[in-house]
Amino acid sequence: MTKYTDTGKKDTRSGFGAGLHEAGKADPRVVALTADLKGSLKMDAFADEFPDRFIQCGIAEANMIGVAAGLAITGKIPFAGSFAEFVTGRVYDQIRQEVAYGETNVKIAASHAGITLGEDGATHQTMEDIALMRALPGMVVINPCDYNQTKAATIAAAKYEGPVYLRFGRPSVPNFTPEDQPFEIGKAYILNEGKDVTIIATGHAVWEALKAAEALEAEGICAEVIDIATIKPLDEQAVVASVIKTGAVVVAEEHNMPGGLGELIAGVLAARVPAPMAFVNGGDKFGQSGTPAELMAAYGIDAEHIADAAKSVIVRK
Amino acid sequence: MAKVEELRKIASQVRRDIVRMVAEAKSGHPGGSLSSADVLTVLYFNEMNIDPETWTRESAGQDMFILSAGHLTPVYYSVLSRRGFFPVRELATFRKYGTRLQGHPSVEKGLPGITQASGSLGQGLSAAAGAALGKKIGGDDSRVYVLCGDGECEEGQIWEAAMFAAHHKLGNLVAFTDWNGQQIDGTVDSVAGQGDLEAKWKAFGWNVIVADGHDFNSILQAFANAKEVKDQPSMILFKTDMGHGIDFMAGTCKWHGKAPSAEQCAEALAQLEETLGDY
Repeated sequence: MTKYTDTGKKDTRSGFGAGLHEAGKADPRVVALTADLKGSLKMDAFADEFPDRFIQCGIAEANMIGVAAGLAITGKIPFAGSFAEFVTGRVYDQIRQEVAYGETNVKIAASHAGITLGEDGATHQTMEDIALMRALPGMVVINPCDYNQTKAATIAAAKYEGPVYLRFGRPSVPNFTPEDQPFEIGKAYILNEGKDVTIIATGHAVWEALKAAEALEAEGICAEVIDIATIKPLDEQAVVASVIKTGAVVVAEEHNMPGGLGELIAGVLAARVPAPMAFVNGGDKFGQSGTPAELMAAYGIDAEHIADAAKSVIVRK
Repeated sequence: MAKVEELRKIASQVRRDIVRMVAEAKSGHPGGSLSSADVLTVLYFNEMNIDPETWTRESAGQDMFILSAGHLTPVYYSVLSRRGFFPVRELATFRKYGTRLQGHPSVEKGLPGITQASGSLGQGLSAAAGAALGKKIGGDDSRVYVLCGDGECEEGQIWEAAMFAAHHKLGNLVAFTDWNGQQIDGTVDSVAGQGDLEAKWKAFGWNVIVADGHDFNSILQAFANAKEVKDQPSMILFKTDMGHGIDFMAGTCKWHGKAPSAEQCAEALAQLEETLGDY
């Protein structure tokens, strides 16, 4: 299979910070807002170079979303950032009214998404944010898989005209996608071509999917691995074409089942090319304290569970 | 003063529009529309530097208005159309299927003059603060105006925005409250007493002005005073009567979100001079 090398573990939020800084240099309309989490969102480089375009909102996320919308109305390109839970669940109505229905060019920057936020526990870990954001008409939902892709996605989000939800995480994870690869919103990335089963993954689960594919290869199973970096709009054609070829599907994500990528793919395939499916995700429960690795293992969002799921769907073909 | 007499005539026509729109739609919010009609007439016909011919949502170089109390669409649409943003005959489509005049303001439908969707209360002040900051960053010295309801100030986000605007010294932000003392379930005092609203805004660092929202000279003076302060946002508390101008609607919450019958509409119109021609 295609070989992927971890060029050194990095956090995806730093990819966001780097992308924001670059987008800020490229376009003076880019502004950044945070609700007292500048350091956590890795906005320091941007804030240091462009102090007039960095807007500290204090611990007031609802107001931050409205301020971002107002800035967008005057032609700015605002990135409003906080922990994923606090820029989705806490402010769902503000995003719905001011950003999505209001058709403002606001980018919601959501860090520390999923259970890999770790030790802070369930209050701060959202496993429901993709469901909330993809429910909004017109909202683009991006969940990149590593540092390089997050950086590129941030730059792409700045260039895109319209509301974007950009989801990334806290822990250091393998960095394996090409450094210079431009990000195409709405494109699924085929990381490995296979014929026996399609493994569809997003975010931190993508590296786990690649590791699973390696393990399956050793057992003589050839898995296709698709990185769904843009959840909405979904690259349906890539998904359908792959499943026509393989006839079996696993969907892996660091998110719960309700409203997640798994349900999204299931809906597409049910209408276009029904196939046996298995789901690797957080189920329907809250997170808890622990290290990211402990939690991903405990919630079964890892290479081992993906490989097992792949074998189980192949049997059902 | 000719100016005041002219404004009085426009406001009378705006009130006729409000009553007719809500009666024909058999739904809508006449009470607060009537209480804020005089203030919005002054805003659009005297105060704001705004040109319907060249208006864009971005409003570069022009003043901007955001209606935070989004349910006041009857008065908002009437004033916009009378100011020339769209044909007055379109007021007849208010709240009807396919209309650009949605129940609450929508940008999606492309009605000229609408800067932001609103209606979920407590959010427009934040958007206005963001727009004021955007103008400030961009070196655009025009202003952003925003209307809040007094009941709306029960929303916590209003006070988040209040802190933000004062912290960022948004002297180009002029907010005003339709201080009619009424909300859907009764008087503001009986539903969720807000204490001393004037002291609250002052304590949040705002330039606070109290004025009579039905006295044109008082309204004109209040807006003029707001512009004198450059390093603080201004909040004008306009004392008003809900339902002002129609005797059976005045001073009660009963007409907050209720449409008059055909007979009641006729009774109301008999109290309002037709000055500019009905739509």
